[in-house]
Amino acid sequence: MSDETLTSWGAYPHFPQSGHMCTWRSRLAENFADVVARHGTTLPFGKGRSYGDSCLAASDHVLSLRRLDRLISADWQTGTIVAEAGMTLADVLKVAIPRGWFLPVTPGTKFVTLGGAVANDVHGKNHHVRGTFGRHVRTFGLLRSDRGQVVCSANDDADLYAATIGGLGLTGIIEWVELQLIPIRSSQLTVTTVRFNTLDDFFALSDELDGKNEYTVAWIDGFARGASKGRGVFTAANHADTGDLSVAAGKNLAVPFHLPVLAAGGALPRLFNSLYFHKHAAHRRVDPTGYEPFFYPLDGIGHWNRLYGRHGFQQFQCVIPHKTAQPALQHILETTARSGGGSCLSVLKRCGDLASPGLMSFPMPGISLAMDFPQTNTLDKVVFPQLDSIVREAGGRLYPAKDAHMTAEDFRRFYPAWSRVEATRDPALCSRFWKRVTA
Amino acid sequence: MSKVLIIGATSAIAIACAREWAKEGTAFFLVGRNARDLDDVRADLAARGATAQTHVLDFAATETYPAVFEQCFAALGRVDIALIAHGSLPDQKQCEADADIAMREFMLNAGSVIRLLTLLAARMEPQKSGAIAVLSSVAGDRGRPTNYLYGSAKAAVTTFCDGLRAQLFKSGIHVLTVKPGFVDTPMTRGLPIPGILLAQPRTVARDILAALKSRKGVLYTPFFWRPIMWIIRMIPDGVFKKLNL
Repeated sequence: MSDETLTSWGAYPHFPQSGHMCTWRSRLAENFADVVARHGTTLPFGKGRSYGDSCLAASDHVLSLRRLDRLISADWQTGTIVAEAGMTLADVLKVAIPRGWFLPVTPGTKFVTLGGAVANDVHGKNHHVRGTFGRHVRTFGLLRSDRGQVVCSANDDADLYAATIGGLGLTGIIEWVELQLIPIRSSQLTVTTVRFNTLDDFFALSDELDGKNEYTVAWIDGFARGASKGRGVFTAANHADTGDLSVAAGKNLAVPFHLPVLAAGGALPRLFNSLYFHKHAAHRRVDPTGYEPFFYPLDGIGHWNRLYGRHGFQQFQCVIPHKTAQPALQHILETTARSGGGSCLSVLKRCGDLASPGLMSFPMPGISLAMDFPQTNTLDKVVFPQLDSIVREAGGRLYPAKDAHMTAEDFRRFYPAWSRVEATRDPALCSRFWKRVTA
Repeated sequence: MSKVLIIGATSAIAIACAREWAKEGTAFFLVGRNARDLDDVRADLAARGATAQTHVLDFAATETYPAVFEQCFAALGRVDIALIAHGSLPDQKQCEADADIAMREFMLNAGSVIRLLTLLAARMEPQKSGAIAVLSSVAGDRGRPTNYLYGSAKAAVTTFCDGLRAQLFKSGIHVLTVKPGFVDTPMTRGLPIPGILLAQPRTVARDILAALKSRKGVLYTPFFWRPIMWIIRMIPDGVFKKLNL
């Protein structure tokens, strides 16, 4: 008997997971042992925001930790919190913002758990100044089937600490996380928005604005061809110095069921992309903006993944080193445009050179590109193999948290430290992703 | 500065309410069955700026009930808000097969609530202010074949609260009967409930806070359970007994 049925965010590959709920930390070891005794192996599961199969258990029986969402302690003088791994970033913000603190690093959705943020070593729009999430995690508690509770930090059980940051939840169950927050004076941001017409302009803007802004990111029109190819919108922001410390109200809209308006590709997403570009003024603007629309524009629409319908979608996210970035990105954009599908949502971001403590962290100095595609057969058979070879030749890599397609060979090339993670993996934990790329 | 007593403080709805109340200056007195779980809740509220004391209670040991209030009033001085949230979801089939189980469950879900409310009312009456919120259930609106032991216990709680509300009104104390539908809590785990009917504890908590503020007597939460339960009550007996609700 399971407690709930769970899927990954992209709903592809489609392997519904039986969720076994853990509600109290005091019962975690018992719940873990129970699921393992009945199903062989399992995998910790938070809010299911990983896109592909990295959050799916090889046994299809996951340990659902979303109810482990409590603070354990907080020092609001120093901005340090210790919280259970199932607490979401949204819940952290709700308690931190009124006290003048903010997440040191946040991905594009606040509906991920602390455990998930560590396991995927997530990054955000400030990667060029703060690096990945793992750099701000001082210690965490791990529960292993063979060793019981282990407290990991850069000094204690350092190997396990490094393997767990970006370790895809395989090195033990992250039970709690100690996180250092950053101080803010206002929950508003001062956002600079600039439209650009070519990929060259993106690089120029990134050179100009990355140094002056804590946060930078660019959206790029995945459908534009010919003269408008490479057009997009660059946004750069800093936390505002004045304003209040208000927490935004929750989401107001949700997609109630599968509504496959983006599934067919083509006209509608092409129109969305074009409208988005033209919505922004041609000249540079500076506006005060709330943190929600800046960091989490898509969180405002609950279950937006249902817009891709039952067959789901895949995200292709790669990072390309600076040296080869420009031609490789050009090549990728041309290839996707030629394939006819186009990406419904494409995002560019410069990653900095601050190293992560994690062994399998995704970012590297260079440019990251993320693109969303409705799931089709040609995607896996035609488009992705071409994109993979561009990334491979450019010396880049793909992001396991978003992945449902990379080959075992590519994975091992992209993440040579994988064997060290495999060596520290908890024998009771295994994901479908891990089985696929290490088999 | 509010003083909050929560009985059944490890229940998901109680935790969600407590988080809404928790801020600098709020003082909690948390009562529950399990010391470790209570301490997890206490730590969470403390990190949110509140202060909290815990008290472990075996609900079967009714003779220990008065001590709960002794210690609570010694710690807090008074109670501004009391939330009675403990309970269980008994297995109806087991209750049919074993009268002892049936009565034990009835005593937990109705008897203990009535006993605690009786003691609490006497303590709060002299304050001449404050509010008591009691978790009943939509299940108490009509006994259904799949769930009538639980339903009858909640019906007793609801009716008791109707009277208590009128009684304590004279002393300026408000009594709120909360009737949640299906909520995403450990109580409903594994039940085949359509997602659209499954409310989050946080939603229910916000409804409870709003209802306390507006001094509402009976709260259906989420709101759509009021019309649903009206229809269920209106079904003629001849038809109702043929349905397997």
